[in-house]
Order: sequence, then structure tokens, then C-alpha cells
Amino acid sequence: MHNDKFISKSEIGIFIFALALPFIFDFSPYIQGLLIFVVLWVVLGTSWNLLAGYTGQVSFGHAAFFGIGAYAAGVPFFLFKVSPWWGLLFGGITAVILGYLLGIVVFRLRGPYFALGTLAAAEILRIAFGQEEWLTNGHNGILYMTTWVSKYPYYFIILAIAAGTILTVKVVMRRREGYYFLSIREDEDAASAIGINASKYKNISMGLSSFWAGMAGAFYFIYMGFIDPETVFALHNISIISILVGIIGGVGTIWGPAIGAIIMVLLQETFRSAFFGFAPQWVSGMHAFVFGLLVIFVILYLPGGVVGDWDLIRKKLHLKRKSEMKK
Amino acid sequence: MEMFLQSLISGLLVGGLYAIIGLGMSLIMGVLKIINLAHGQLMMVAMYVSWSAWNYLGIDPYLSVVLSVPFTFYLAKFLSKYLLNPLIEKDSILPENQVLMTVGIGMVLVELARFLFTSDYRSVQTSYTGQAWDLGGVSISIPLLIAFIVSLLLTAGLFYLLMKTDLGRSIRATAQDRLAASLMGVSAEKITVLTYGIGSALIAAAGTFFLPIFYLYPDVGPEFTAKAFVITILGGLGSTVGAITGGIVLALAETFGATYLSSGYRDAYGLIIFLLVLVFLPGGLKSLTKV
Repeated sequence: MHNDKFISKSEIGIFIFALALPFIFDFSPYIQGLLIFVVLWVVLGTSWNLLAGYTGQVSFGHAAFFGIGAYAAGVPFFLFKVSPWWGLLFGGITAVILGYLLGIVVFRLRGPYFALGTLAAAEILRIAFGQEEWLTNGHNGILYMTTWVSKYPYYFIILAIAAGTILTVKVVMRRREGYYFLSIREDEDAASAIGINASKYKNISMGLSSFWAGMAGAFYFIYMGFIDPETVFALHNISIISILVGIIGGVGTIWGPAIGAIIMVLLQETFRSAFFGFAPQWVSGMHAFVFGLLVIFVILYLPGGVVGDWDLIRKKLHLKRKSEMKK
Repeated sequence: MEMFLQSLISGLLVGGLYAIIGLGMSLIMGVLKIINLAHGQLMMVAMYVSWSAWNYLGIDPYLSVVLSVPFTFYLAKFLSKYLLNPLIEKDSILPENQVLMTVGIGMVLVELARFLFTSDYRSVQTSYTGQAWDLGGVSISIPLLIAFIVSLLLTAGLFYLLMKTDLGRSIRATAQDRLAASLMGVSAEKITVLTYGIGSALIAAAGTFFLPIFYLYPDVGPEFTAKAFVITILGGLGSTVGAITGGIVLALAETFGATYLSSGYRDAYGLIIFLLVLVFLPGGLKSLTKV
């Protein structure tokens, strides 16, 4: 499956391009913010994809890890004025611990029940973090003056986290563990029957996935300077969008979630800004609507996502061009 | 004591409403084998239909059931025929494709509602809004009582439909074994579409009767979707009686939890029960009674 080189030239090219991007163009802060959000969604989509796309455990509660990571940076700051930057150390680890604890419950469930179980767990956390005000300041959230005014340092940090996430997926999917993940996805009973410790490898997958989601959460607090339970544990805006980013790009592919993240942010921003002011204002209300339509379209016609069904797309475009030429 | 009685009575009344939400979900889950994550969103659609009928045409919300139910029924039939059914044969990496499709459908419905009606909170003001019976310190909300009675009637109707009619037999057969049912001459595809329609019609009726009780806004759906799947799992899949007991247990847990423990955790109790049931009692309450 992985006869090709571990990291291809074009991948190095993409990374260098992403690194150089702020030096080539003079972006407005608005565009800089968008770039950061794209990369943040690359992290969330890719980490979700490791657990769902490769291991077959379709989680509807990815926000649990993102949120706990954000609060791992936020709570020490709120209680003891510890710098949120420690979150980059604690965020991932806290998320892994949460993942392990959740796994005890949710890995007993399969398929749709797993999906619902993870959804319920994330929702319980959202409610609990809103209620325990002594710990989290409840719905008022935690506020912190961000370290830098410029957005570029944050861009490089999240880029490093994204590179770490993608590298993790690449490394683990080349190793024995990766093949175990795939076998669990294809048929858990058969995998157990040939001696794969399914629950152990599901936990490993969950651990890696939750680590990077937690890092993303910690980064979110450091970058935004404000978190509250409704934002970081959001069912729709975090858990569901993580899934949709993966679906649009292609589950079970390395670059699928990254492409999905770019499509999602670009599409939403184009509509939110009403085609950058060229379209009438009412268009800006349609951003989530159009994204939903895209999701429906992709599930119906490109079940492998844009990356997974790339050959299909190319063939369709190619055939079209041919038939146009005949005319 | 009065507080206890009050919690008990409002718990039971709300439980009746929850039951009807759970019934639709249970039916769809039984036949389509999917979790319908657009369930509450379809209810939201029905509520907006009724609200529009009241706001623009001055039709009483209880009467507008004749508009909202057929509208949601045909909308749901359309959705399942053109968006959900084609996925059965599609080969994809994740078997949860249909569930994800309902997420997409739900999202589109919510955003469409937001676009058409804005995010403002809406409510219906009628002569009976906020009316209550006072029974020696315990008050019973009239709209809640009406909704409770209607949901009992709907449950009885559904029970009759499933048990005594040909259509019901076909639905039950498809739920038990899709392939065997189609070999016996049941058009599984048609039954699937129809079941999704009926399940959605049930929740549409529930939504319309909720209108005088709850506020209406585009994001009202997900909360009810969550309640629906909690009820379904709690009661046991594909069981009419289970959906009723599940609905009542959930409502009682919520009201008593809110009264005696902490009202902030109101929405969490159901989810905690849900996780416990999934892990320790996978068949739901149904498996205890063998009904």
C-alpha cells in the first residue's frame, strides 16, 4: 500500500509553500486569521480522520478533546495565573487521559451506538464545564490578553501542530499499528479472530487522535484569548464540522481532511463576505446552507470525498472535455 | 410534598410528549437501521409551518396540524427517496454514510429556516397560552395537557397501524429482515420511504402541539434529536411500549433532577442515563420486561 516514498517531493513543496506564504504576500489581518483557521481545521479534521477514517470509530464527540485541550490551557490560568503557553504541553496530554477514560465506556459500543455515545459524552462535558464555575468560570468563560498582536507567530505554531498531526498519521499508517487500524475498520470481529487486540489498538488510535485535537484546543485558547464551554465543546461547530471536513475531503486519506478544511473555510468565507462584497448582502446568510448542500452532494456523488474520488472527478472532467471537442 | 407532586405531574405530562418524539425515531431506527440526526430539525420545519399559518393566516396552531403534518410527511418522503435510499447500494469506506447524510440534511433545513425566518425567537400567543389548572397547589398547564392527550391518541393510532393493518405488518417485516420481507413481496424500498415519512409526520404532529409551549427558533431541533435518541435507546429499539416508558423515564429524570439536584444539569441527566443504559442494559427497558 505504501510503496511510495514516505514524504513525496510535492508534500515538502506544500509545506515550504505554507511556511513561506507570509513572506511572499502581504496579507491583511483578516486573511491571516483565515489562514490560521484553515490550518486549525486541518488539525481537527486530520485527527478525527485517524480515529474515524482509518480505524472506523466514527466519533461525533471530537469537541470533547478540543474543549478539554482548551481548558487544560485555560483552567490553570484562571485558577493560578499559570501562563496559558503551558497548555501546549498539558493540552494534548489531558486530552489523551480523557480519551482513555472515555474509551472505557464508548469502546464497548459499535457503529451508530459509538457515534451516539461519543456525542453524549461531549455534550455532558459541555454542560458540566458550564456549571462548575469554581473551576471554569462557567458561561462567562476565561479571558486572557494574547501575547502577540501580530498573527504570524500563531500561524507558524499551528502550522507546526498541523505538520505534527499529518506526520503522525503518515508514520502510524506505515507501521504495523496502521494495518491493525484498517483491519479493525473493515471487520472488528475478524481482526480479533486473527489475534489483534482490538480494544488496545482502538485506544492507541483514540490516544493519537485526541492528543492532536487537544493541542489544537490549547492553541485555540492561546490564540483567541477567550474560551467558553459553548464555543469549545460545541456539538455543531466543532464535532460535526470535524466530521464534515473529513467527509468532503475524503475519509481514510492523508490529505483529504486538509483539502476538506480548505474547501470549508474558503466556501464559508466567500459566502459570509457575500463574494467579497460583489454579491448582494443577503448572500452572506447562506454560508452554512451552501456548505450543507455541498455535504449532501459529496455523500451522494463522491462517497470517497474529493481526494478519495479524485480519479472519478478527473475522469468526469476529462470525458466532458472530450465530448465538447466532438461538438 | 407539593413540590414532589408538581415534579411528578409535569414529568409525566412532558414524558407523554417525549414519547411521541421517541416513537418516530424508534420507527425509523427499526426499519432504516440508521440514527436520524435530522429528526428534531424536521420537527422544527413543522413548527415553522404552523407558526407561519398562525402568523400570516391567523390559523389556530392546533388546527394547522392539517398543514404541518402532510407538509413534513411529503418532505421526509422526498428526502428519503432521493437522498437516503440511493446510499444503500453505494459503496463507501464508512458504513455510517446515511447517518452523515441526515446531518447534512439537518444542517440545510436549519440554515434554510434561519434564512427565511431569521434567528429570532418566535412564540404563538393564543387564548390558552399560559393557562393552567390549579389543583390544590399543583398546577397543570392546559397546553401541556392537551399535547399529552394528543400524543396518547397518536401512540394508540400508531400501535393500531403497526399491529392490525397490512401496511403495519409490512413495516414490521421490513424491520425484522429486509431481504426476507422483499422475498415475500414487500417492496422494501417503498416501505423505507413510507416509514421515514410516517416517523417524520409523528414528530411534525408533536412539534405543532409543542408550539404553544416552547419557543421556536432555527436551532430548536438538535436538542430534540438528542432527546429522541436517548428515549429510543432507553426504551429499547423498535418498541412502541418502550418509547413510552423511555419518554416518561427521561422526563421524570429531568424534572426530578432539576428539582432536587441541580437545574443547570437538566439536559445532562438524560445523556448520563443514556450512556449508562448503552453500557449496562444494551437492550433498553424493553429487555427487562420481554414485551
